[in-house]
Amino acid sequence: METLEIIRKAIIEGQAKQVEQEVKTALDNGIKASQILYEALIPAMAEVGRLYEEGEYFVPEMLISARAMKAGLGLLKPFLIGSDVKPVGKVAIATVQGDLHDIGKNLVSLMMEGAGFEIVDLGVNAEPEKFVNAVRDQQVNVVAMSALLTTTMTRMKDTIHALQEAGLRDKVKIIIGGAPITQAFADEIGADGYASDASQAVTLTKRLLALS
Amino acid sequence: MKTTFADLLASGRPVVADGGMGTMLFSAGMVRGHAPESWNVEHPDIVRGIHAAYIQAGAQIILTNTFGGNRIRLGMHKLAARTCLFNTAAVQLARSEADAAALPVVVGGSIGPTGALLEPHGELTLYEAVSAFEEQALALNGVDVFWIETMSDLEEVRAAITGCRKANADTPIVTTMTFDTNGRTMMGVKPEQATEALQNLGVIALGANCGNGPAEIEQVIEKMHRSSSAVLVAKANAGLPHMHGDIAVYDATPEVMAAYASRVLGQGARIIGACCGSTPDHIRAIANALQNIDTPIKDGKHS
Ligand code: B1M
Repeated sequence: METLEIIRKAIIEGQAKQVEQEVKTALDNGIKASQILYEALIPAMAEVGRLYEEGEYFVPEMLISARAMKAGLGLLKPFLIGSDVKPVGKVAIATVQGDLHDIGKNLVSLMMEGAGFEIVDLGVNAEPEKFVNAVRDQQVNVVAMSALLTTTMTRMKDTIHALQEAGLRDKVKIIIGGAPITQAFADEIGADGYASDASQAVTLTKRLLALS
Repeated sequence: MKTTFADLLASGRPVVADGGMGTMLFSAGMVRGHAPESWNVEHPDIVRGIHAAYIQAGAQIILTNTFGGNRIRLGMHKLAARTCLFNTAAVQLARSEADAAALPVVVGGSIGPTGALLEPHGELTLYEAVSAFEEQALALNGVDVFWIETMSDLEEVRAAITGCRKANADTPIVTTMTFDTNGRTMMGVKPEQATEALQNLGVIALGANCGNGPAEIEQVIEKMHRSSSAVLVAKANAGLPHMHGDIAVYDATPEVMAAYASRVLGQGARIIGACCGSTPDHIRAIANALQNIDTPIKDGKHS
């Protein structure tokens, strides 16, 4: 099997050690870091996302695969910096105020990272000002909000409002998600998009930034 | 009136458990993001009143207001230092209402998940988890049964059971998991796997709670009953909430929950109650529905 194929498979199976080893081998053999990223890491995470969507994978498998991907990404990073691979976008992500659920938000971060985005993780229980500050100070171009409680969903609207007040609404794309969220709710509060799971969040963001 | 869990089961009748605590606290004015356990100290009369209302409605088992009462979960609210206080206060509140009741009522010490993921999926070590559960179980001294609930990871269940046994090996343990993700728990555990693992761990009763509503739990109980003769517990949510203006409304009415109670009894559940979104009205409807059914039950199995 060729190295890239082995890396893809190892990520899907969540073998972090093997991923590290094979990424080293690939680099030693002169394969470019960007090629390893685009032809092994990213497609592997896309496949993991698909398996989760289809109910084949659950949270544990997804987390283990994401960890394996990150092990590989860590080795590639020094080579990617300064090369032609720029982050495809910078995403400020958090669970909204009053809400402490972070498993889904973390999966979305990991998938985004696996797809080449730079992540600014604002954690959980993030008040609107946190998002506003991140957009103002850190040149973020995507705001991603997660909510798991019916009662905290409404905080998303407050954040969008705060961004408007600060005159920053047009600088960013806003995406939202979490179990109680729907497309109708996204439309109602004026978000740019809704994604039902982590891999959809990647597809959506790419579409909004016209990257695909 | 004081009784034991074993005596409640010995009656051979279906047993009625209580309904949601969080929901009741929210409607009493608790704000989102607040730790419900702090109300054991700040608003003891409200918590006691909720226990009394469930007993009045017919609950034979009430659970302490300690679902998020372990130090890891309380730590998310920067309240870890008050772990012991919140739990001991909760036991007193439930105990006093149960013992004063006209009929026998059992107090279950509610133990929910830490909210953190165990290694290798997360950062929490097994040692930290066991210690946190042991600390909570020690503070729950005085309950009739430890009630581990809403679990999604079997490793965390093992940690909780180990912690309980270290704290008090004589108190029986009930464990229920939440099967809300395509018929499995969030961590991918199937009802059959849960049943087998929990039986091997020697719990006195096992089952399912919370989730997306009655229909989901009915399927889970059916699967558990098919694969085991354990005493089964069903505590379904009253559906999922929707926002009506500023208040969250759950869609399952008391009538819907009464129908669920009769059905899930037929599917093999022995202890039946409800979870998030339910109120004493729902439990009254469940108690009435179960009272009108006369199926004597042996060893947890229906004849
Ligand atoms: C930005 O763009 C995007 C795009 C996509 C996005 C996105 C953002 N964010 C998510 N997605 C999407 O992609 C992800 C992956 O594909 C998906 O993310 P999810 O987060 O949906 O999925 C995760 C991968 C796995 N799923 C999860 O992580 C959530 C699982 C369930 C079981 C759950 C858990 C684990 C917890 N809980 Co909570 N909990 C429940 C959950 C029931 C459920 N099945 O949803 C839910 C969400 N909880 C609920 C409740 C009521 C509560 N919980 C609480 C606490 C907890 C724990 C701490 C115990 C724990 C959280 C641990 C943690 N560190 O996150 C309390 C609230 C605490 C707070 N203030 O936040 C408490 C209030 C309970 C209480 N009485 O204390 C219910 C909410 C009901 C409602 N609709 O309002 C609930 C649905 C359970 C239920 N059936 O009743 C997609 O939604």
